[in-house]
Amino acid sequence: MIELRGISKVYRLGGIDYPALTDIDLTIERNEFLALIGASGSGKSTMMNILGCLDTPTSGRYRLDNEEVAGLDEEQLASVRNRKIGFVFQNFYLMPRMTALDNVAQPLIYRGIAPAIRREHARAALARVGLADRTGHRPNEMSGGQRQRVAVARALVGQPELLLADEPTGNLDSRTAREIIELFKQLHAEGQTVVIVTHDPGVAANCPRQVRLHDGRIVEDVRQ
Amino acid sequence: MNANTLVEDAGASRRLIYAIQECLRSALSAIRAHRLRSFLTMLGVIIGVASVICVIALVQGMSSSISQQFQGLGATTLTVRAFTPQEDRLRGQINRLRDTDVEELRYRIDGISNLTPMVPAPVATASYQGNSAGGQFIGTTASLMDVQQLFPKSGRFITQSDDASRRRVVVLGEQVRKDLELPERPEGEFVQIGTEWFKVVGVMESRGELLGMNQDAFLIMPFQTALAFGTAVARPDISITFTVDDPDMVENVKQQVISVIRRAHGLEADDPDDFRVDSADTFINTFNTITGTITAVVAGIVGISLLVGGIGIMNIMLVSVTERTREIGIAKALGAPRRFIMLQFLIEAMVLAVIGGLIGMILGFGLAYAISGAIPNMPPPAVPWWAVTGACLFSMLIGMVFGILPASKAANLAPIDALRYE
Repeated sequence: MIELRGISKVYRLGGIDYPALTDIDLTIERNEFLALIGASGSGKSTMMNILGCLDTPTSGRYRLDNEEVAGLDEEQLASVRNRKIGFVFQNFYLMPRMTALDNVAQPLIYRGIAPAIRREHARAALARVGLADRTGHRPNEMSGGQRQRVAVARALVGQPELLLADEPTGNLDSRTAREIIELFKQLHAEGQTVVIVTHDPGVAANCPRQVRLHDGRIVEDVRQ
Repeated sequence: MNANTLVEDAGASRRLIYAIQECLRSALSAIRAHRLRSFLTMLGVIIGVASVICVIALVQGMSSSISQQFQGLGATTLTVRAFTPQEDRLRGQINRLRDTDVEELRYRIDGISNLTPMVPAPVATASYQGNSAGGQFIGTTASLMDVQQLFPKSGRFITQSDDASRRRVVVLGEQVRKDLELPERPEGEFVQIGTEWFKVVGVMESRGELLGMNQDAFLIMPFQTALAFGTAVARPDISITFTVDDPDMVENVKQQVISVIRRAHGLEADDPDDFRVDSADTFINTFNTITGTITAVVAGIVGISLLVGGIGIMNIMLVSVTERTREIGIAKALGAPRRFIMLQFLIEAMVLAVIGGLIGMILGFGLAYAISGAIPNMPPPAVPWWAVTGACLFSMLIGMVFGILPASKAANLAPIDALRYE
């Protein structure tokens, strides 16, 4: 379960405070499928960084899977990201020199897991996203859709509490985008908690719950 | 598939091994991805290590060949030579040992053996059937064989009775035999030295070359023959070599010898010695000091060039960190701890430096062999293990020291800034 209470984030530039998020309260239950929507400048990216433990809030409390993460230092946050968060980015962000298998296994390196076990889990994760036959390919040998599937497999391999996707279909054609959305739906059906950050209403429409941000505040929280 | 296998249960040392393994893999892949750049980055280290290995190999080769030449002459061998201070020499006064000094030592000093006097022959060319040969022509006694550990290849050496009866016999060095175009076994042939004829009784084993000097260009005749032969030299330059039986008594014997000869030469208490007592060690030590100094100076110069090489590595690594900011951001988003990123770039710098060191070492060896092959009479190079390990360790150290700055720059990147970097 994910619980945010009174989360604020203020950026300070040239002595002037710019509030990016103000007093956010949000609870996400296990196995929810949620879209975080908003125009650019709405605080959506900041929200995603805080949810993903890439950044710390200026104030407020954040409980992730019964662990308070708001006050943690950078090293502890790295460990939380590694164990509890799986990221999917708009630009895939795969390592260009590594094969699909090595890309997927990468998060497990930081957990101190033996190479053979890493590969075994990476292979299983690739099979889960339908790429069992692409383990030896490098990113530049794969289509955009396949790359994003590799990225999803990498996000899943550590069995995270939260799968956090930032505009996952932003760089894909509409047909491939639909396939990726279907993949998220399938993972949700298998019990995975999924949060998609997007400005695209068409993508958000697939999610049972939609949270809209505007000027750093939650202005809408609807369940279908 | 069991979820429990993903719990971090490996021990700390096991985890470190996995991390190092992974860093080595990524370092090699990064180096392979930019082959030319990596090579240029290493160039400073390559040149530095190649030059140090080359010079050390040549110097050590020379010094080990010299040590070998002196193996027979241990620390227990002492030589007494006349010594003339510079100012006396300028006045035309030359000191000499006397042939009676040999007998003084023989009867007054205990615990020495192989007492061997040596004197240069008054004529230093020999001829045979129109061929002539030169070299070191000396008169000495039978015991030279034991002192120098030098034995005849064919025939025999000078004997005591040759000396006692001043026989006109000679033993040749291999080079002299060749120069005179004497047969392989020349015993019984006669060679002419000055106006006199000498019978060849033996040829000595070949000793090869030392520092470009042929050591086989010599001729040996009995000591007394050399003293009596010709009329030219009134005060021949005698030297006396002997071995001390008890190695612990060398210094003691040396003092006795000094006082015996001083008395024999009638020196007053405040007169300086007109002779020197040296051991073979003295020469080896002097030589070792020289080679040691050369090695140290070269090592110092090369240390500086390796430092420059290290700065080159640091420079490129800093560029590489900037280029790979995104990659670092991804690794951090996936949960890479600071120390892992640090380790990754440190190892990359070290791998660069060590590969450079190894290439430099091979190049240095090659260069040393090429140089010693191209220069005639140069002894073959020898590379001591300490130079190899030292060069490896030093390049690793260089990589580590100059990797610290780029590595900590990489490790300190904030994940969101690094991810956003275009």
